[in-house]
Amino acid sequence: MTRIRFQQNLDELKEKLLVMAGMAEQAIQRATEAYRTRDTAICELVMQSEPAINRFEREIDQMALDLLAMEQPMAVDLRFILSVIRINADLERVGDQAVNIAERVCDMQAFASTDLPVDIPKLASVAAGMVRKALQAFIDADAEKAELVLRMDDQVDQLNEQAFFALTNLIKEDPVHTAQALNAIIIARNLERVGDHATNIAEDVIFWVRGADVRHHLGQTT
Amino acid sequence: MGVGIEVTGLNAWYGSTHTLHDIGLHIAANRATALIGPSGCGKSTFVRCLNRMHETNPIARVTGSVKMGDIDIYSGISPVAIRRRVGMVFQRPNPFPTMSIYDNVASGLRLNGYRNRRSLDEIVEHSLKQAALFDEVKDDLKKKSGASLSGGQQQRLCIARALAVDPEVLLMDEPASALDPISTSKIEDLIFQLKSQYTIVIVTHNMQQAARVAEETGFFLNGKLVEFAATTKIFTNPSDKRTEDYITGRFG
Amino acid sequence: MASTAPRPYQNEDRRRGLRIFQSHFVTGLAVLATVLVVAPLVAIFGYLLFKGASSLTWAFFTQIPKPVGEVGGGMGNAILGSGIILGIGSVIGVPIGIAAGIYLAEFGRGTKLANAVRFTADVLNGVPSIVVGMSVYALIVMREKHFSAWSGGVALGIMMIPTITRTTEEMLLLVPHPIREAALGLGLPNWRSVLSITLPTASAGIITGCMLAFARVAGETAPLIFTAFGNAFWSHRLDQPIAALPLQIYIYAISPYDDWHRLAWAGALVLIVLIVISVALVRYAAGRAVLKGAG
Repeated sequence: MTRIRFQQNLDELKEKLLVMAGMAEQAIQRATEAYRTRDTAICELVMQSEPAINRFEREIDQMALDLLAMEQPMAVDLRFILSVIRINADLERVGDQAVNIAERVCDMQAFASTDLPVDIPKLASVAAGMVRKALQAFIDADAEKAELVLRMDDQVDQLNEQAFFALTNLIKEDPVHTAQALNAIIIARNLERVGDHATNIAEDVIFWVRGADVRHHLGQTT
Repeated sequence: MGVGIEVTGLNAWYGSTHTLHDIGLHIAANRATALIGPSGCGKSTFVRCLNRMHETNPIARVTGSVKMGDIDIYSGISPVAIRRRVGMVFQRPNPFPTMSIYDNVASGLRLNGYRNRRSLDEIVEHSLKQAALFDEVKDDLKKKSGASLSGGQQQRLCIARALAVDPEVLLMDEPASALDPISTSKIEDLIFQLKSQYTIVIVTHNMQQAARVAEETGFFLNGKLVEFAATTKIFTNPSDKRTEDYITGRFG
Repeated sequence: MASTAPRPYQNEDRRRGLRIFQSHFVTGLAVLATVLVVAPLVAIFGYLLFKGASSLTWAFFTQIPKPVGEVGGGMGNAILGSGIILGIGSVIGVPIGIAAGIYLAEFGRGTKLANAVRFTADVLNGVPSIVVGMSVYALIVMREKHFSAWSGGVALGIMMIPTITRTTEEMLLLVPHPIREAALGLGLPNWRSVLSITLPTASAGIITGCMLAFARVAGETAPLIFTAFGNAFWSHRLDQPIAALPLQIYIYAISPYDDWHRLAWAGALVLIVLIVISVALVRYAAGRAVLKGAG
């Protein structure tokens, strides 16, 4: 096989992306943990890890740009690099969402603790699960695994809707918990966004593997 | 105006070597079509079958049909007549060394008996303009020899010479492979402009060039046409794995 | 200093001296070879100049030989006669030779006929000039029952053909294939491509070939003995014997008369000078023609 150096560069790019993915996943995990335990130390940890994620995003973009310029990739290689660039952006947003969640948790510490009628950890685990599955589809270059992720998005949307209604009701009935409830609504929204980013990642994997652009087609793939 | 070319069941032999196997494709009129493939894949042989230059080799043989417009070029018409309708530009520029620039461009017409002095002047000027060479040589048309120009200019001179006889099809066999990048760009721009009047078939080793100039691309391998599709499709999402292996450089 | 690999250029200085000597030595050999080649030509020319220049008068070029015993006279008729015979020879030899060369290079490649033609030309090249003369004698002179200028021309023409044929063939084959392809690609029939593109491109070489043949036969004496025969008087008629410079030189040289010997020397000098001039003229004209064609 020729273009060995190029192949090595592509592998390196993939590796780097997966390292960054690991950092983003870990950030969501920690943020969820912080919510469960209301531990501000963990919140701090999440926020301190953000610069590293941003740095990775810049490096991956630069590496992808260099490969495009220097190697004139075609067909599958071109689609791969393009999807890496997109997944890179989505992973960075996932990191941002983790930071947002951590900030909300810190805010919630200021108020009295209360049992909220919403299962944030459940929502978080579904969203994080989507990210995990999408990344696994990427590692395996498996479009069918990616399609499964697309179908999970409905579940996340539903859970978010439920949380929204439950929390707005709480605010109407018990205005004293408004601050807590609002923070929780925002956290739920952030987790729903994480699900969206996972969906994007899955669509990018399908584009790379099949050459089919399935974005905005609500899960239909050809 | 150009014509479409319909190739059906084209087979070619050099002596006993079967060089082209059952080629069939349709080349659209007034477009540029690129033919890519590794060395020895038959793309040059194929192109030379389109103007019957393949036959200038005494041990060459062709079967099948090539229809240009309504006419099958292998059905009893003389090769010489075909070559007046199908122009060819070769890999290395080959202007006639004993002739001036003017005489080079006019050679196709003059040597076929065309004598009208005034319209020869017009045709030579028009062809040189079409080849984007006129401004550079207009003061030396009859004084400078064709061989005294730079490589890129010589190739444009050869293009002008081919265009002067007003062909319908222009075949280009790796026209820019012997040229520097700027000359290459000029030739590619030229192809872009000429498309509207001629049907252009360009053989190229350079995939980026195919991507830049051609609407459709054919991939040849071992004398067979593996895939023929829109250029964007070939280079972003080809159907055949062999095509993908070639264009991503995975060929051993 | 510790070094593991042997350094390749360690004896550089010693080798350098040897290399310089070798370079000068071979250059010297080349110069010597050149001198050895040129020396005979210079020697001959010099000797001719020495022996013959004194006899070069205006009369030499304008008068015919005087009878034995009388002083003076010249070789005017021989010069004219040579010109005529060479003219006829060229008119016969050049077209046939070039045509044969074209056939061999362009139309008959690989055919049995071409091989036969080539073989014949090579054989003809090796035929002794006197045998050519005798053959023409048998074919023309005996039939016509008299010697003639044009039989001399025929003999010389026959001798020119092989050289011109082979040179033409080789020069045509040197024309690069892409040039021919360009001509064919324009829709020119093969014959047109050969005549209008390939032939002009090879013209410089072909002209050189003709010139070589011309220079070679200009000095031939043997074939003219039985054909042109020689003539002591002015003659320009093609059907009569005619004088020729080499022939005249021969006749005078073997004669017992000192006068005639002197004229022979002068004649030889004039012959060489005329050949050199005509070769130079043709080269000049051909060079101009090629340049003009090439813009």
